[in-house]
Amino acid sequence: MSDIASDAVNTPAPGGLSSAGPRAVVRLAAPWIALAVAFSILPTIFTSESALTMLSMMGIMIVFALSYNMLLGETGLLSFGHAVYYGLGGFLAVHAMNTVIHDALPVPLVVIPLVGGFSGLLFGIIFGSVSTRRAGTVFAMISLGLGELVASSSLILRGFFGGEEGVSTNRTKLLHLFGLNFGPQIQVYYLIAGWCLLCMAAMYALTRTPFGRMCNAVRENPERVQFVGYNPRTLRLIAFSLAGLFAGIAGALAAINFELVNSAEVGAGQSGVVLLAAYIGGIGSFMGPVIGAILVTWLEVMLSDVTDVWQLYFGLLFIGMVMFAPNGIAGLLMMHAPLWQAREYGSMLRLALAYLVALVPALVLLVGLILVIEMTYHLSVKASEGTTISVFHVALDAASKIPWVAAAVLVLGGFWLFRLTWPVVGNAWHDALAHADGRAK
Amino acid sequence: MLELVTISALNGVLYGMLLFLMASGLTLIFSMMGVLNFAHASFYMLGAFFGFQISQILGFWPAFLVAPVLVGGIGALVERYGLRHVHRHGPVAELLFTFGLAFVIEEIVQMIWGKGPVDYRVPAALDFSAFTVFSTNYPAYKMFELLTAVTIFAVLFTVLKRTRVGLIIQASLTHSHMVAMLGHNVPRVFMLVFGVGTGLAAVAGVIAGPALVTQSNMAGALGPILFVVVVVGGLGSLAGAFLASLLIGLVQTFAVSIDLSVADVLGGIGVAPPTGGVLLDVWNVTVAQIAPIIPYLLLVLILIFRPTGLMGTREH
Amino acid sequence: MSSRVRALFYAVAAAVITTLPAAAQDSVKIAYIDPLSGGGASIGEVGLKTFQYLAEWTNAHGGVAGRKLEVVAYDNKLNAQETLVQLQKAIDSGIRFVTQGNGSAFAAAIEDFVTKYNERNPGKEVLYFNYAAVDPALTNDKCSYWHFRWDANSDIKMTALTNYMKPRANIKKVYLINQDYSFGQSVRTEARKMLGAKRPDIEIVGDEVHPLLKVTDFSPYIAKIKASGADSVITGNWGQDFALLLKAAADAGLQVDWYTYYAGGTGGPTAIKQANLPDRVFAIAEGVSNEPYAPAQEFEKAFRAKTGVTLFYPRAVNEIRMFVKAANEANSIDPTKIAAKLEGMKFTVYDGGEGVMRADDHQFLQPMYIANLGPIGKDQPFDEENTGWGWKTAGKIDMQDAIVPTSCKMNRPS
Repeated sequence: MSDIASDAVNTPAPGGLSSAGPRAVVRLAAPWIALAVAFSILPTIFTSESALTMLSMMGIMIVFALSYNMLLGETGLLSFGHAVYYGLGGFLAVHAMNTVIHDALPVPLVVIPLVGGFSGLLFGIIFGSVSTRRAGTVFAMISLGLGELVASSSLILRGFFGGEEGVSTNRTKLLHLFGLNFGPQIQVYYLIAGWCLLCMAAMYALTRTPFGRMCNAVRENPERVQFVGYNPRTLRLIAFSLAGLFAGIAGALAAINFELVNSAEVGAGQSGVVLLAAYIGGIGSFMGPVIGAILVTWLEVMLSDVTDVWQLYFGLLFIGMVMFAPNGIAGLLMMHAPLWQAREYGSMLRLALAYLVALVPALVLLVGLILVIEMTYHLSVKASEGTTISVFHVALDAASKIPWVAAAVLVLGGFWLFRLTWPVVGNAWHDALAHADGRAK
Repeated sequence: MLELVTISALNGVLYGMLLFLMASGLTLIFSMMGVLNFAHASFYMLGAFFGFQISQILGFWPAFLVAPVLVGGIGALVERYGLRHVHRHGPVAELLFTFGLAFVIEEIVQMIWGKGPVDYRVPAALDFSAFTVFSTNYPAYKMFELLTAVTIFAVLFTVLKRTRVGLIIQASLTHSHMVAMLGHNVPRVFMLVFGVGTGLAAVAGVIAGPALVTQSNMAGALGPILFVVVVVGGLGSLAGAFLASLLIGLVQTFAVSIDLSVADVLGGIGVAPPTGGVLLDVWNVTVAQIAPIIPYLLLVLILIFRPTGLMGTREH
Repeated sequence: MSSRVRALFYAVAAAVITTLPAAAQDSVKIAYIDPLSGGGASIGEVGLKTFQYLAEWTNAHGGVAGRKLEVVAYDNKLNAQETLVQLQKAIDSGIRFVTQGNGSAFAAAIEDFVTKYNERNPGKEVLYFNYAAVDPALTNDKCSYWHFRWDANSDIKMTALTNYMKPRANIKKVYLINQDYSFGQSVRTEARKMLGAKRPDIEIVGDEVHPLLKVTDFSPYIAKIKASGADSVITGNWGQDFALLLKAAADAGLQVDWYTYYAGGTGGPTAIKQANLPDRVFAIAEGVSNEPYAPAQEFEKAFRAKTGVTLFYPRAVNEIRMFVKAANEANSIDPTKIAAKLEGMKFTVYDGGEGVMRADDHQFLQPMYIANLGPIGKDQPFDEENTGWGWKTAGKIDMQDAIVPTSCKMNRPS
């Protein structure tokens, strides 16, 4: 369950904050303070401009993915058109910025994300009122249709969407507060980090409210919710609008970061990326989308430097997760939560060892697969560039038989060895669980 | 004007038939398994590329027979080892699996055949003009496409409604547990339906490939329209899919050739044009410009007012 | 891998790594940012091959101000924000020169970013060399001192095209069909304007725009063209929009002359040959492969032998050669000095004419050619896509007749 799984922070007794002592308050606030500190010191570790840009992009994606999880993980609504609210938030933000610059209004840059949030809320309510009548597949199809509608109309409504080039702006021309002109990337990073923290806290708080719990209930059993006295439709609409609000904030932050918004931001591609990020991270827990957002952003930027078929690897990763780890990375981590809570360090160590043993043949299998993919790619598409390729900095000739034989050996041998290690991992797992149960009793 | 209408009508029917070839498989799969197969258009693309590759070696007619069987086989394997495994994780996981599959198939096609178009030609036997409509030649190949699609519809209909296998399939659509209890191998029926459904999509690919551009982005271009057809026609209804395909094929083909804009209509009555901004863009937009959007508009409207579609049998 | 091979590899790697810093100091890097995966990759890869070949050629002919030229590829994934991310990565790794061309939207994003970056980071300026983005706005109201364009913008191309059409009395009825986006719209507006000024007797019998890359069957459009009685069609269509258009025309047996911008793109010659339209499809270009100018033909022979593709971008050759000339003249690889030298530079272009980089807007002005595709003779060595047909010169427009005024008011560095 999402709420149980996200209980990395133990909340005080059901009376809420008011009846809790100062220690409980500290325990509640500690992770957030730690997060704030971590965000603040990251730029000292990663100092280059492109690293800061990537950190900023991660911050934006975190907010976006969390807003998406409000729909999918919390309320059970699978949407294929969430980027609409992200993109529209961005567009309204750039238009607002340009208006502020043009009319020299005394509005500082830090409040611009509010414009994005407002736009997300507005369009969330408008489109949500027609989308949320039904759930499940029908909702998914409506979201797809609406997403395509908005994306296609972006080429027609050129005044608002700016045509193919989109709308650009200059973030340094707004009102300067405390001498900050937001030209340097590091200032933009801190702006984004601050808003990210704020949104994370807000969305987390939402999951702890009765409204958040009822959303979970709607996801599980809408009929029962009706019997309890709530209207599932209203709940879905509110959840949808709030998800739109936070998506709009993310869009505005992206507009500030890139100083450019174009129709790709509302398109199916962007909706697909956030779906990927949330799902890979794990929709069953609060931190899942955060993990997914960081991973997907990093892969998106870095993987294309390493290989031209990065999209294939992405797709395979996604399918792999759907088939073998549908709860995402966070889900995999949470599986070990009972062990951690029972403080079963001994058996956890043995488990880790078993994982290591299984990891080696898994890596061999992986290397073999990568070899096959890269060689096929070079033989078929890039044949004119000659057949020598470089995989992991080792030069290979894709036309000769040796690398193919080697790859076949790696794949088949790796898979066979990997299969052999499954019982080892299985046993270690059972032992660990048994110990944990024993201890807990 | 009459020429335009006739040509557009012919093309619209043809495009609709092509859509139907694909939508028929999709709607069967959906009714059967409750899974909306995002990768359906990818099987269409695989059919086109396999058809191209085989026709390079053996010629068009062997390709026409072999490629759909190959792709159908791949579809059956996907069902058996992929979809069935994911089924236990719930409908969202199934949907996402097919979504990822569509992505991966497109990437693999790009990897093997490249990103540009391939030279998939109309077979010489059909490369002539069938008849002339008001001075425009109508290619015989398009008539062949039409014939194939209609034949397949007839065969499908007969099999489903008049044979024993069809009876079992129809029963499994709505009462799979009962059918299983009667001793039929329901999972095998599912595999068969998935394989045949994707095989049909492949047939559409094999014959549409030479007429349209065979390129790795074909799936992405046709995919969303497919969903519109299936949803508008009604999830689960073959006749509905047929009607919806024709409707959307005709609407799209006609809309693309109409230059009427809001300005023409309202301006003709004497309404003054707006001065600027969003309204001016809407004022000037022509029907031709919004032609690609019309199916989505239809989709959203149908889903709001009649979620079961035009002839749907079940609501989800 | 055998252990001996591995040992050898590590030895070589160690040697390379120790010499790497030294080599890095001696090379000038150009970032190539274009789509290298997904839909646009087939075009992006051809551009990359062109620039890589040019880098090798430059290094074999003296390098850039005594240093080696290196092309570093970045994949923009056909996304404007991704383009900026990759540009940032390039700048971070010390690269001061960027080239790009596929997509005016991305070009605008790069131009905007580079201008802002240079303003906010004096002393670390970056130059942007645009080799194929033809939106006139990039050298008009969006112009920038740090941007240089080697491709004739779409207005210049239309000027050249209409100047070619002007004396041809057989052109009486023209049909316009274009993609509905900024480029297609500018093609049709300029075509109407310029034809109206130069040949008011020509009747424009149709002016069609269709959604970009969405139409799968162009037969209704072809039916309309037939119905209008046009003898010539002007279109800016590219990619599948061009291929499908011609396919539909072939199916319907339409016999007209086609005046195009991008018939030479990948897939174009194949479509033209399949449609059986010899010498009826014209394209505007800054160089023609079968143009009888010996140095260009030698270059193209070597280029095709090494890369296996046609030289689609003679303008890339001009770009790199002028870059090298500017660096040699300034005896420096400092972007500000090179920019100052490039401005106003006169140059003998690839196919032998004279061109100049206009200082007002950094648009390169050059002679233009109208090429048409058809069966080639014995003394015409280059065919396209194994069709047996090649591009031949149908007409040449001097630089003076291919100039369009500019509204650019660029901020010059003081």
